[in-house]
Amino acid sequence: MAKRVGLEVTVAVAEAVALCRIDMAGVYPITPQSHIAEHLSNMVADGLLDAEFVTVESEHSAMSAVIGASGAGARAYTATASQGLLLMNELLPIASAMRLPICMAVANRAVSGPLNILNDHSDIMPQRDTGWISLFAENSQEAVDLSIQAFRIAEDQDVMLPVNVNIDGFQLTHMVEPVEMPTQEEVDQFLPPFVPHATLHPSKPVTMGAFSMADYFTEIMKAKDEAIRNSKKVILDVWEEWGRLFGRSYKPVESYKADDAETLILTMGSMGETAQLAIDELRDKGVKAGLIKLRLWRPFPFAEIKAAVKNTKKLIVTDRAVSFGGPGGPVFSEIKSALYAETTRPAIYNYIYGLGGRDITVHDFVGMFEKVLADTENSSADTYEFWGVRE
Amino acid sequence: MMNIVENFDLFAPRLINKQELLSSGHRACSGCAEVLAVRLMCKALGENTVIASATGCMEIVSSMFPTTAWRVPWIHVAFENAAAVASGVEAGLKALRKKGKIDDRYIKVVGMAGDGGTMDIGFQALSGAMERGHDMMYVCFDNEAYMNTGIQRSSGTPMGASTTTAPAGKISSGQKTWKKNMPDIMVAHNVPYVATVCPSYPLDFIRKIEKAKSIKGPSYIHCFSVCPTGWRSPSHTAISMGRLAVETGVFPLFEVENGHYRVSPDMPKILKPIRDYFKPQGRFRHLTAEEIDLIQERVIIEHKKLMEKAKYLKTGNE
Ligand SMILES: Cc1ncc(C[n+]2csc(CCOP(=O)(O)OP(=O)(O)O)c2C)c(N)n1
Ligand code: SF4
Ligand SMILES: [Mg+2]
Repeated sequence: MAKRVGLEVTVAVAEAVALCRIDMAGVYPITPQSHIAEHLSNMVADGLLDAEFVTVESEHSAMSAVIGASGAGARAYTATASQGLLLMNELLPIASAMRLPICMAVANRAVSGPLNILNDHSDIMPQRDTGWISLFAENSQEAVDLSIQAFRIAEDQDVMLPVNVNIDGFQLTHMVEPVEMPTQEEVDQFLPPFVPHATLHPSKPVTMGAFSMADYFTEIMKAKDEAIRNSKKVILDVWEEWGRLFGRSYKPVESYKADDAETLILTMGSMGETAQLAIDELRDKGVKAGLIKLRLWRPFPFAEIKAAVKNTKKLIVTDRAVSFGGPGGPVFSEIKSALYAETTRPAIYNYIYGLGGRDITVHDFVGMFEKVLADTENSSADTYEFWGVRE
Repeated sequence: MMNIVENFDLFAPRLINKQELLSSGHRACSGCAEVLAVRLMCKALGENTVIASATGCMEIVSSMFPTTAWRVPWIHVAFENAAAVASGVEAGLKALRKKGKIDDRYIKVVGMAGDGGTMDIGFQALSGAMERGHDMMYVCFDNEAYMNTGIQRSSGTPMGASTTTAPAGKISSGQKTWKKNMPDIMVAHNVPYVATVCPSYPLDFIRKIEKAKSIKGPSYIHCFSVCPTGWRSPSHTAISMGRLAVETGVFPLFEVENGHYRVSPDMPKILKPIRDYFKPQGRFRHLTAEEIDLIQERVIIEHKKLMEKAKYLKTGNE
């Protein structure tokens, strides 16, 4: 039976990854991820985790080493944040093109400059188009569950793609929350041993990472796009099975009091729980407010988003990253383009908030609703605004 | 003493593995001594080898999708990370072997890159992998410039050589810096085995690769790789050019085992003048007599330093 324990989220994630019986980890320290690296090392040092922990000299080498290990047929894991993720950037599309089922935690942290160690999503957003499956955790239980599910999804023969699990830095990574840890038997039952397509082994020599000219490149790109689109079915199946085994169900888009809502707000990651409190407060005041939470960032859940906002009049999209000189926050652009062809669609507002660890309270979410509801002519819809900025 | 290299045809069938693990049909330039070195390396290593290659000439000429020249498992990821990828392959294989998920034969993991991929952009990854002590061999195929991208200078380009980013011009004599001493930097990492090789000396080459293969830990091989295209030298002279580099002391052949230096028997007692080596190469054609003298002086000093190290840091039983 699963045990309910109080753990720091980074530690819980490391324990979850150990339950997945990884063969190899290559992790470089960076706040607020480092506790994952440290706890994995501790488990290896104590003989609790039978894996090679490679103390790489950079995140670039961390990703390179897990690519090498995964190519050799090992179940390989890494974790990073912010500058570390940007340093890995060059290798992310290579990992997905090579169809290596690497799993990675991202302890989301603002990107320099100025240097800032606190939470926002400016590290993961630039990685959007690297061909990785991208999941967002809202609380410690989700961080644990998604970390285990990630391997199952990545290694599915119909997927074979890398997966990143986003865990808001500090706001989530450093929380101590009660979490139900699955047992080793339960994880073994859920996650079979990794069966790679091809490996770097002399018994059957293969060439990995050949270069391609214009004659094949487009086809390879299309194949990768199809692979990640098709992964959605597997993701849904895996979540369905998880629900059956563990009683916790996962959906690409979660909703809270959204069914009859006239105004919806969309969040990603740890902000969901705070927004939920704001919805309760607004409902008490008689406002038909609701919340949708985007858990699956890539592949983007078009159908679920369309269905979730079908009956709403106004939609507030929140973003924790900036697309400088662009059309608004990255999530906002995505939602707008997803709804572009719909005959009826809500007026969409965009607030960019919580940058570099700026605190977001229930009060802030209530304020967003009030501002949007006061805009009866929808005159500030379709544009973006920095929330809570000092002028 | 009989010169075995001159009687190569007689000895070769017995000394060299007949298996071609790097097949013909690759796209290297004619007379490329770098690809010859890779071929020899594969022969010396045998089939229980996994190679992680950096971006560069050897990667491009051997792996155009959907073709491949490789008969050993081979992976290319990017330009600056061959050592890191190799270290991951090594760690992965080690874990799988330990858990009984693969058979327990010994597999040599090899990282390979050009001078740029080793001495410049890949320097950090190499330093990290060597310091961590992975059981892997790393080979730098040094053709003294970024050849794949059009003969730009690297920190392995020799003083005075004209390249496309350090060209000889009205007020410039080409490369303005001395070649980085990569083997010594690897010795400073306390790598158990460091050696310099040149495919113009195939038996010395094979022996050193076999030695590196036998080391259960990191080893570093620095391979002098004549590139007729980049050096603007006739393609039929690639082998003799390698020999001239050794005979002039420009590229001395030696090995360092646990800090002990040994100069290869192929090294001449008296060095030829570097002029002999410079003359057939277009990249040195602009140099004045004074400039050549300056380089000559440096070659002699470096050679003396090496001889001193070999004298005082020699292996116990020699
Ligand atoms: C990050 C990055 N920067 C630059 C390049 C372009 N590039 C590819 S190969 C190469 C030069 C390779 O030189 P070297 O390592 O000496 O190998 P050679 O081709 O000479 O054998 C360069 C600059 C790249 N692929 N990746
Ligand atoms: S450019 Fe030089 S190193 Fe590259 S393939 Fe041609 S001869 Fe060989
Ligand atoms: Mg080169």
